[in-house]
Amino acid sequence: MDLKLQKIIPQLITVLVVVLVFGFFTYNAQINMENRGIDFGYGFLSQESSFDVQFSLIEYDGSHSYFRAYLVGLLNTILVSVIGIIFATILGVIVGVARLSPNYLINQFAAFYVEFFRNIPLLLQIFFWYFAALRALPLPQDADAMLGVFFLTIKGLYVPAFIWENLNVFLYSIIAAIVAIVVIRIHARKVQETQGKQLPVFWISVGLIFILPLLSFLIGGVSLSFEIPKLKQLATTSFIYEGGVSLPPELIALTLSLALYTATFIAECVRAGIQGVGKGQKEAAASIGLNPNQVLKLVVMPQALRIIIPPTTNQYLNLTKNSSLAAAIAYPDLVLVFAGTALMQTGKAIEIVSITMLTYLSLSVSISILMNWYNKKIAIKEK
Amino acid sequence: MSKINFLKPDKENLNTFLYLGSFLFVISVIDVFLNSFFSLNITGFLPASLSFIIPIILGFIGLHFIRIEHSGYKFLDQVNKNINTNNFNAILSLLIIFIVIKATPPILSWFVIDASFAGDSKDVCSGGGACWTYIKVWFRRFMYGMYPNAEQWRINLSFIALALLGSVGYFATEKFKKYLTLYYVVIYPFIAFLFIFFFISGGPVFFDFSYGIIAAVISIIIGFFIPGRFKFYYFIFVPITLYIALKYFIFYDELIELGKLDGLNWVETGAWGGLSLTFIISFFCLIFCFPIGMAFALGRRSDFPLIRYISIGFIEFWRGVPLITVLFMSAVMFPMFLPSDFFIDKLVRCIIAISLFEAAYVAEVIRGGLQALPRGQYEAAKSLGMGYWRMHIFVILPQALKLVIPGIANTFLALVKDTPLIFVVGLLEIVGMLNLAKTNPKWLGFAMEGYVFAAIIFWIICYAMSKYSYNLEQKYKTER
Repeated sequence: MDLKLQKIIPQLITVLVVVLVFGFFTYNAQINMENRGIDFGYGFLSQESSFDVQFSLIEYDGSHSYFRAYLVGLLNTILVSVIGIIFATILGVIVGVARLSPNYLINQFAAFYVEFFRNIPLLLQIFFWYFAALRALPLPQDADAMLGVFFLTIKGLYVPAFIWENLNVFLYSIIAAIVAIVVIRIHARKVQETQGKQLPVFWISVGLIFILPLLSFLIGGVSLSFEIPKLKQLATTSFIYEGGVSLPPELIALTLSLALYTATFIAECVRAGIQGVGKGQKEAAASIGLNPNQVLKLVVMPQALRIIIPPTTNQYLNLTKNSSLAAAIAYPDLVLVFAGTALMQTGKAIEIVSITMLTYLSLSVSISILMNWYNKKIAIKEK
Repeated sequence: MSKINFLKPDKENLNTFLYLGSFLFVISVIDVFLNSFFSLNITGFLPASLSFIIPIILGFIGLHFIRIEHSGYKFLDQVNKNINTNNFNAILSLLIIFIVIKATPPILSWFVIDASFAGDSKDVCSGGGACWTYIKVWFRRFMYGMYPNAEQWRINLSFIALALLGSVGYFATEKFKKYLTLYYVVIYPFIAFLFIFFFISGGPVFFDFSYGIIAAVISIIIGFFIPGRFKFYYFIFVPITLYIALKYFIFYDELIELGKLDGLNWVETGAWGGLSLTFIISFFCLIFCFPIGMAFALGRRSDFPLIRYISIGFIEFWRGVPLITVLFMSAVMFPMFLPSDFFIDKLVRCIIAISLFEAAYVAEVIRGGLQALPRGQYEAAKSLGMGYWRMHIFVILPQALKLVIPGIANTFLALVKDTPLIFVVGLLEIVGMLNLAKTNPKWLGFAMEGYVFAAIIFWIICYAMSKYSYNLEQKYKTER
């Protein structure tokens, strides 16, 4: 009896404390809301929002609902995260590999980069890029074209827009190419296992991915033209660019700082991963006659990726969460649009903050579930 | 004289290659150097595009010539091994050297040569360089926020005193070493709180919290005489009872009256700011998040399923949301959850929010350490007849914490770097003050100087912390 009681009492006390705390909070919340005449509910989501958002991926104006505003914010968050993740990965891998370079100057340069950007708060970096560096850019009328078509101005980056005809045919051709490559890979593996012959899979893949889309241009009726931004005078001193796609400076500052900051962490992950593969592995692989490319592809990378991917996914998650700092420079992301503007207008603090938190929570929980699953899949099976 | 093969330098004509290669390399460096420091273009007679890439070509050929293995010269071998292993590396090395040479003059002139230091108005900043006058004029604001100038000695005094008290560990003799943990975990934070409360904010001598302290002290003293198996329950219930008894039944009003006798001016937390606020917040969050995180790490590995699930829920919740939404919650949502007559200061809410947030990360780091310990350690401790707490305090935690020093240091670094986010609730630490100063109509256009200044400060703090943690890691590294 004693032992059982000893197991139950601490649990009971903990649960009691948790329940009491939550009960206390809900009780107070109810009383406070009664006193202030606020009613709890998510009905406001379908009401007209009547505020505007500067930058939106989907059609949106004041006449749309709060739920649509939420979607606008969510999409903007996802946009900045995806762009940031792509650039951070590219930069991080380059820097991580450079840190292992035998060249003293290169690895010191990489180390300097990592130490420099890692030790400065992200918010400060965002402010720096947005308020100091990007403010030094030229006005639209003074901007020089980069490569003839990009215009980097104080009002944002203007890039040419693609104008497609029969875009779906083009996409189908790419999908077809990918499917074909997968099939050929499987076939090549079978051939290697049964006959020991190696097919030039890489070159076939490269050929396919170029030729099929090209065919779609030639015979599929696909055509592509560019709309190059043109300078337009609004008033005597006010110019903008028309046509093309314009990326607001907030987006540029945010992606730039997120990518530069996160890349330092990814670089460390990559370095740890490559260092984590024992020297003996490379030597053993070389001694059974694999060439350097094969050593990298078949022996080093599979093992290094096992070490690299979990912490890197974590960094992607961090980047996504850090993108909420957008609120500081008025980039209309989820926090600014929903937890900022919408909250001010409706006063529904509990509902809105809880929705915002749940969104981020579900995002990160789903990624971490995915990561755990992946981790389990690639973990070394120990006896 | 034997044949000289320019495509493949060899040892036969070592000196020829050496002189030729070094000469070409030096020429290329000098060209770039003159170009960037004195804006002289010694290859100006060539077409513009050729003149631009000529240093790279010359340097590349030079490096190719001096790439001779086992030349017999130690220095040359070192150079070849480190920056000149093959053509690709040679070009990268050259590019980096040239970039450094190119970047030095503008950076130097912006920071020092063209910068203005003197004066105390915007007029002196007409040069092309940085305007450090701006930093000088605003220095007090950046350090102390809106804290009244006449009272700033209180912050300085508190920080100096706390730094001195904090360094006690270095001077402690062997005899007192065993009390150090107690000192740093319990006594020092408490002293720090008193300093901040009495000195920096100028609080009353007695306040609600004093009863808590008195209650805690009395119950700890009595606690020594309580038999071990009841201690846990004793320490949960008795201090709270004592606190209520003291507050509601025994000389409450008298003490509050007494508390009003103090002489320091009350300074609202809203007026605190600048770097000192960064320190205050980081300090308290560091202190609070560690024990909370440790508790949840133990909870997550507990044998009791209910405790385990609660801990997992807590950790995953805080780790899943961005700090900015947590601060939003503490600002707009948390007051709704409290009784309407109950008021918690903005700064305290911030500290609670950040501590809970970072505690989840600390918990995960410590859990990693706990998992890394071999089972044998647990079993050995149990076989010696140790209970749960004894086992963890004397055997498991000392080893586990040693293992996770780098992880904990990273979390603490993240915490320090997260403090600027408190702008969300309207508190202005150094970055917030910069944004405020930047919009001052008298001092427009110096955003760059401000951010560079703050970046340097943060960089020094964070870099020092990471180096310190590295030293700690080396110091406590035990062969396993």
